[in-house]
Amino acid sequence: MQSAYIHIQGLRKSFGEHPILKGVDIAINKGESIAVIGQSGCGKSVLLKHLIRLLEPDEGTVVFDNRDLVWLNTAELVEVRRRFGMLFQSAALFDSLTVEENVGLSLKEQRLLSDSEIHDKVMDKLNMVRLSSAADKYPEELSGGMKKRAGLARAIVNDPDVLLYDEPTTGLDPITADVINDMIVELHKKLNVTSVAVTHDMRSAFKIADRIVMLHDGRVEFDGSPEETRITSNPIVAQFIRGEAQGPIQER
Amino acid sequence: MDLGPAVIGRRGIRFVSTMGGLCLLLGKFVLSLKHIPRSRSVIFQQLYVIGVRSLPLVAVISIFVGAVAAWQAAYQFKFIGAPLRLLGQAVGKAVVIELAPVLSALVVAGRVGAGIAAELGTMRVTEQIDALDAMGINPVRYLVMPRILACLFMMPLLVMFADFIAVAGGLVVSVIGVDVSSETFLNGFKNSFKLSDFINGLIKAGVFGFIIGLVGCYEGFKAEQGAQGVGRATTTSVVISSVLILVFNFIFAVVLFRI
Repeated sequence: MQSAYIHIQGLRKSFGEHPILKGVDIAINKGESIAVIGQSGCGKSVLLKHLIRLLEPDEGTVVFDNRDLVWLNTAELVEVRRRFGMLFQSAALFDSLTVEENVGLSLKEQRLLSDSEIHDKVMDKLNMVRLSSAADKYPEELSGGMKKRAGLARAIVNDPDVLLYDEPTTGLDPITADVINDMIVELHKKLNVTSVAVTHDMRSAFKIADRIVMLHDGRVEFDGSPEETRITSNPIVAQFIRGEAQGPIQER
Repeated sequence: MDLGPAVIGRRGIRFVSTMGGLCLLLGKFVLSLKHIPRSRSVIFQQLYVIGVRSLPLVAVISIFVGAVAAWQAAYQFKFIGAPLRLLGQAVGKAVVIELAPVLSALVVAGRVGAGIAAELGTMRVTEQIDALDAMGINPVRYLVMPRILACLFMMPLLVMFADFIAVAGGLVVSVIGVDVSSETFLNGFKNSFKLSDFINGLIKAGVFGFIIGLVGCYEGFKAEQGAQGVGRATTTSVVISSVLILVFNFIFAVVLFRI
């Protein structure tokens, strides 16, 4: 049997006295597009940050391409992180840099390309997210959707193998959110990457994912295709995707 | 105020954890020093932001520090019947050894230390520091090392500048307000001036600058919980650096200026 590209096993994480992840197991195959859904505060972003060791697990392992992330030294970790691209919830653009400088920062720091090569590559990525006209703008001059697109360009600048999205459509109007969803689908196909998105926006999850995993109470509650998700009899998943106040899930 | 064993214990743990965190960051800072050449442009940017932009504030503070030192010295001299020709000596010693390094450091802790904590704290809560990590860029090398180095090198230069302005302030007050001639004041200053005092003042300034940079970066890096967390990091950085500056100043007094 072929081993999973990203394998999360028995992942546990607490903050102080509060357990967030209580033993999460997910196997992600190469080329898949997964949406991890769940209530706000259920640990979706915490799970995502473990995939590039922005957080260290209390227990359990995260294996990427047959390498356990916990045992990587600093240089190996940097090398692995550059195979990932991440779009943060607030885009996390650097305020003091222009869009072009934000997108090119990682390349500039690696010092492998000349300034003109970096410029060409950055403009290519900005074209892919249709933001080349805003290359000279600072983050404060951008709308929410433009910030996300700049964050996307930054996430793909190293030609990653895996793209991680933390709530990609949160805070956007429905039209802009759909533009971002289209872009995620387009990039997934064009760049031939593995995608992992955490979201509580079901419209987005159904559109971008070919597999949906639901986290509830620190564990995986459900794992199936979008079609299976729509027709599941699991009351927790059913309540969540319909967005109903009444049911087994209580407001946090 | 409740000072039960539990509260004392919690505060003790917080103190030890802060000191441990500062030592860890110090270790990472030392390790990042080998990357100085590739961080040249960011370091120069910070030298300007931290050093050059602090000049106006340090100038204003210093002129009044020198002025009040001269006035108060003259007041005490009259009270004990000491000759006013020693005014330049008294002002010079006080400024070079204590007033310029300590007061400049406290003011810079308020301006620069708080600024660093607020900037890095905001970057922490808006996930910009996570974004650096995610891109494989070491945040200590990119953010912390240039700021600490800039504080370390600019603080002695600021104190040198403060020494000059404060003595000038003292001279103006002595001539206008106390009726001591500029010649008498400057002769008193020159006769008592010791290069070792001046250098010790600059060494202290370097250490104070290092404390300001390290504490500001540490507090900014561990900021949490949005605007409130950034506010707390800013305040804490000023409090901790100010206390450490005064504690180290006493240690320097005992070690460098033997009675």
